[in-house]
Amino acid sequence: MSAAVPGQTVGPFFHLGLQYPAMNELVPPAHPRAVRLHGRVTDGSGGPVPDAVIEIWQADGQGHIVRQPGSLRRDGWTFTGWGRAATDPDGHYQFATLEPGPTQPGRPAFFAVTVFARGLLDRLFTRAYLPDDADALAADPLLSALDPARRATLITERVDRGLVFDIHLQGAAETVFLTYPRLRDSWA
Amino acid sequence: MNQSSQADIDGEIAAAAGQPGGPQPRIDYPPYRSSGLRHPEQPAHLVDPESVELSAPCFGHRDVAVDEADLTIQHAGTPLGERIVVTGRVLDGDGRPVANQLVEVWQANAAGRYRHQRDQHPAPHDPNFTGAGRCLTAPDGTYRFQTIKPGPYPWRNHLNAWRPAHIHFSLFGTDFTQRLVTQMYFPGDPLLRYDPIHQSITDPKSRELLIARYDHDLTTPEWNTGYRWDIVLTGSHRTPLDTEEEHA
Repeated sequence: MSAAVPGQTVGPFFHLGLQYPAMNELVPPAHPRAVRLHGRVTDGSGGPVPDAVIEIWQADGQGHIVRQPGSLRRDGWTFTGWGRAATDPDGHYQFATLEPGPTQPGRPAFFAVTVFARGLLDRLFTRAYLPDDADALAADPLLSALDPARRATLITERVDRGLVFDIHLQGAAETVFLTYPRLRDSWA
Repeated sequence: MNQSSQADIDGEIAAAAGQPGGPQPRIDYPPYRSSGLRHPEQPAHLVDPESVELSAPCFGHRDVAVDEADLTIQHAGTPLGERIVVTGRVLDGDGRPVANQLVEVWQANAAGRYRHQRDQHPAPHDPNFTGAGRCLTAPDGTYRFQTIKPGPYPWRNHLNAWRPAHIHFSLFGTDFTQRLVTQMYFPGDPLLRYDPIHQSITDPKSRELLIARYDHDLTTPEWNTGYRWDIVLTGSHRTPLDTEEEHA
């Protein structure tokens, strides 16, 4: 085992290296099954975080994990499952994408999400679950381990042609952030 | 601007160094003022990764052109500053090379200024330097960039705060859980000990892992100096498939 190198903040000028055309359009917004996944990133005072980067990684509508390159130079047709969005001055981000399908029978579908920002010394992981399948949500091992108020921070809200997922970095409504067994030692 | 002095910050850094710290930065690190309202206060919730999290986005040659790894040829003229090669290997925590993976970098120019409208530090822009590059790792995990050594620059964390010279790196891995954004620093930089971002890694050995080493074997006569920096991601959660080993 080698020691993993530590993370550092993405800083305020990430646009130089991390921006590329249509990075938040996993499908064109006019796609007949396109859905708008969007929300606001807020800090401990409830104020907007205008300099965050959100990334999503997801299965396609049938629950298949796509293994196609082409996220940085999209051809407009191929679904690659990955996207990146910067927040605007109001802390708002948005993606045009497909709703993921469940990757395992009986389990709820979710977007895997990472959050980067100035002031955030390491990236944060979370999940944005689809809200519809109440039985699958109730049986999910992660969600059922959380108290109801915290569980709600991981479930998107369905609106017209969209899913809303707000990310609270701190405060009473703080989003549940995740760590995984091989990362556990990473958290001081 | 925050009016804390460097001496105030040094005192806070020293106090934080006495507290237990892991190999990663402390996300609640008061000397880095911007972390105050932005770090989660609840502990991260431990979960077993599911299938989506056990895979990672896929990049290939259609995503990155070979010349994007040379930050010195993006404009008509030659950028100012010390021309350097930065190279190394991307490995996972089990020592396996991480091949065919996207590496993204961005940095300030030799005068310590970013080509970004929000960087108002009155150092000169370099019309021949943008400061952004990409490459894919080779089958043995090697990445390589040709660039200009960035300069240190002031920022407004406290009165007279200066960031050590650094290059930002973005890496993926074979699991979504290995995603990493970090910064490479240069050996012998006198500003490292004063920098609350670098010092947010309170374990000295882990902090050293972000400092490249000068490698004279990377120099080219009359052309460039060179730095070597290996990047170790966390271990993969997956069991490697035999076929992957055979083709590695």
